Amino acid sequence: MANAHASTHSEDKYYVPHDSVWPVFGSATLFIFMIGLCGWLNEWYGPGVFVVGIVMLIALFVGWFNVVIKESQGGLYNMQVDRSFRMGMMWFIFSEVMFFAAFFGALFYARQLSVPWTGGEGVKIFNKLLLWQDYNATWPTNGPAALGPRDDGSFETIPAFGLPAINTAILLLSGVTITIAHHAIKEGNRRILNIFLALTFLLGFLFLGLQAEEYIHAYTELGLTLSTGIYGSTFFMLTGFHGLHVTLGAIMLFVIWLRTLKGHFTPQRHFAFEAVAWYWHFVDVVWLGLFVFVYWV
Amino acid sequence: MANTTTAHTHDDHDHKPHGLKRWLFATNHKDIGTMYLVFACVLFFLGGAMALVIRAELFQPGLQFVDPGFFNSMTTMHALLMIFGAVMPAWTGLANWMVPMQIGAPDMALPRLNNFSFWLLPFAFTLLLLTLFVPGGAPAGGWTLYPPLSLQAGDSFPLTIFAIHLMGISSILGAINVVVTIMNMRAPGMGLLNMPLFCWTWLITAYLLIAVMPVLAGAVTMLLTDHFFGTSFFTASGGGDPVMFQHIFWFFGHPEVYILILPAFGVVSEIIPTFSRKPLFGYESMVYASASIAFLSFIVWAHHMFTVGMPLAGQLFFMLSTMLIAVPTGVKVFNWCATMWKGSISFETPMLFSLAFLFLFTIGGLSGLMLAIVPADFQYHDSYFVVAHFHYVLVPGAVFAIMAGVYYWLPKWSGRMYNEKIGKLHFWLSTIGVNVLFFPQHFLGLAGMPRRIPDYSTQFADWNMVSSVGAFIFGFSQLLFVYVVWNAVRSGEKAPQRPWESARGLDWELPTPAPYHSWETPPSRDVVAHGTVQH
Repeated sequence: MANAHASTHSEDKYYVPHDSVWPVFGSATLFIFMIGLCGWLNEWYGPGVFVVGIVMLIALFVGWFNVVIKESQGGLYNMQVDRSFRMGMMWFIFSEVMFFAAFFGALFYARQLSVPWTGGEGVKIFNKLLLWQDYNATWPTNGPAALGPRDDGSFETIPAFGLPAINTAILLLSGVTITIAHHAIKEGNRRILNIFLALTFLLGFLFLGLQAEEYIHAYTELGLTLSTGIYGSTFFMLTGFHGLHVTLGAIMLFVIWLRTLKGHFTPQRHFAFEAVAWYWHFVDVVWLGLFVFVYWV
Repeated sequence: MANTTTAHTHDDHDHKPHGLKRWLFATNHKDIGTMYLVFACVLFFLGGAMALVIRAELFQPGLQFVDPGFFNSMTTMHALLMIFGAVMPAWTGLANWMVPMQIGAPDMALPRLNNFSFWLLPFAFTLLLLTLFVPGGAPAGGWTLYPPLSLQAGDSFPLTIFAIHLMGISSILGAINVVVTIMNMRAPGMGLLNMPLFCWTWLITAYLLIAVMPVLAGAVTMLLTDHFFGTSFFTASGGGDPVMFQHIFWFFGHPEVYILILPAFGVVSEIIPTFSRKPLFGYESMVYASASIAFLSFIVWAHHMFTVGMPLAGQLFFMLSTMLIAVPTGVKVFNWCATMWKGSISFETPMLFSLAFLFLFTIGGLSGLMLAIVPADFQYHDSYFVVAHFHYVLVPGAVFAIMAGVYYWLPKWSGRMYNEKIGKLHFWLSTIGVNVLFFPQHFLGLAGMPRRIPDYSTQFADWNMVSSVGAFIFGFSQLLFVYVVWNAVRSGEKAPQRPWESARGLDWELPTPAPYHSWETPPSRDVVAHGTVQH
């Protein structure tokens, strides 16, 4: 709080922006995006409105961040504003953690409780005796009705120590490269910064490529799809949302890289870089959870 | 005005942006707060109109006015509108107005994000209200959206889901803003344990919001993929479990009810000391009690679903943890009573609403304890007793506290006093109305009347009629509230700098009406510590 003192100097006032079109434009964007998706899913109309929403979404990010970057480069943000951004980003990441927690919760609940119950464990014995005599409730499962694309209801899973292990190594390596880039930005070593930042998002895109490969393999050869019962549901929703976050993170890293090429950031002031780095580490940690609980154990 | 810092606006501090742009492109915490409050008021009347449809239909046994499907839509929409459209935005509006004023900050920490949070809401509720006009009608499976029923909705289904997503984004961003403002924008000398309790309870509320709104987003996303993309999270044949939805939903849902009530504790903790002319009794214990309630809210969720079947150990755990909440809540109630003890109390409208809160919220809390008892809950579950319980904590609880807050701070906001006579009339009509409305529902529930039904057995006729009469008294007396506020803002008497002479806190150190930019220069340490009035 000592820093709030500084605001008695007029050049160091807390910056309060005015007259921004982006928040209301952003709200309208999300509305178009979502009503586009609704109408498409309900088959009221085609994907047109949704596509307009996507285009507006891109315009939103470009436009809003453009203003923020200009203000930042213009020196309007004092250290207190910087701290607001930092705290905002931390709490945003916390909210993301809780979003993933819901899906991990679903996975644990299904594996530990509801699947064994469906199979007649304990007092639920009547499920076994009356409802699903032939159901062998062991994980991985696609349920008593053996849902999925194959006629015999079978499916295979992806072994942890193949592609997923390689992907783990890739993400962990990208955690190292971004840390090297972070040290470089602090020491003012722009060459190392540029190289290792580029390496980081390249590793991110490589991860995504391999993930796509894995998905294609699952869909075409393993009988493992989104509709392969609870296993397919949890597998694809968890890894899918994670993949979406890797995509966003990699795009963010790419934008930060473009900004470093333009000479933005100083060894002291580089909040945007750090925010993206935190986000990247968060995505990394989620993956470790996925690797252990979805692929491995 | 582009790129104006508060340093510049110092020279022209009543230079507000004019016309539509002031509201569309707002970044000022007071403007955004006003928009939140007006929005909440509009939705309160919309949701209230739906409640009156319900009570009109239930005035007598038999089907009078609406068909059962529409009736169910009304109960569902009434809940969604009141929770996400009326009470939550009203609290965010109050937080927007009061938090910067109370901690000595120039504005909210992230002003553009603030406006984004607000403007998401009209769009979210446009989506939700559109469901009234699509094939299959509005969602009718209850606001809790339990599968498999909710999955069988018509075209309203994705609209409802995405409306909830938008509301969730709005709440999360708004909550992040409150946390960051409180953690980063306090004036020098304003330690965390010097903050007014309204800031404290909102800080805790914001933390709850950030923790659980994403979980709701996850739950409704699973519903969406179950409906459209073939997943089987909630389908037993695929190895999923519909009860799993209830667990995830109530992991959000229980903290959510504290999100609705915690800021009320804050408001009441400001008002009771002012009108008792004594400092709040047990300030720190209030803070710790609020934090304990927040913590406990994460480990009690399954008390909403005792009857769906869960292991005995689970039932015991959730029963006992739920009862534990009575301890910090009791601390609060006793502290409020002790604050009034030997005070020289006067009964202006905000105090009347706060006192009604104290009595009636406690009734709701005690019926909550009854519901926490597993074997008793088997009887009460899904009956009108539950309806009576949560309406007692939400209407004379949260809604009364919001109104108390508006009456209390309106002179500081607008510079004008409201009409005390009409304010008191509004209070008495509301209080009598709300009790006539909800108290008989306890009897109905205990006698076995289920909730969410458009028709009922004739044995329930008398109390339903009483309840409906109360509903119309309560509903229409809220028009008085709008009149009082409108009248005060338009032509009320000029309010003095300190409308309530024993009100303490930085909000009361600002001139009346509060200037457009609150604390452009932070207040001095002396003012933060002692104010400008001798005790």
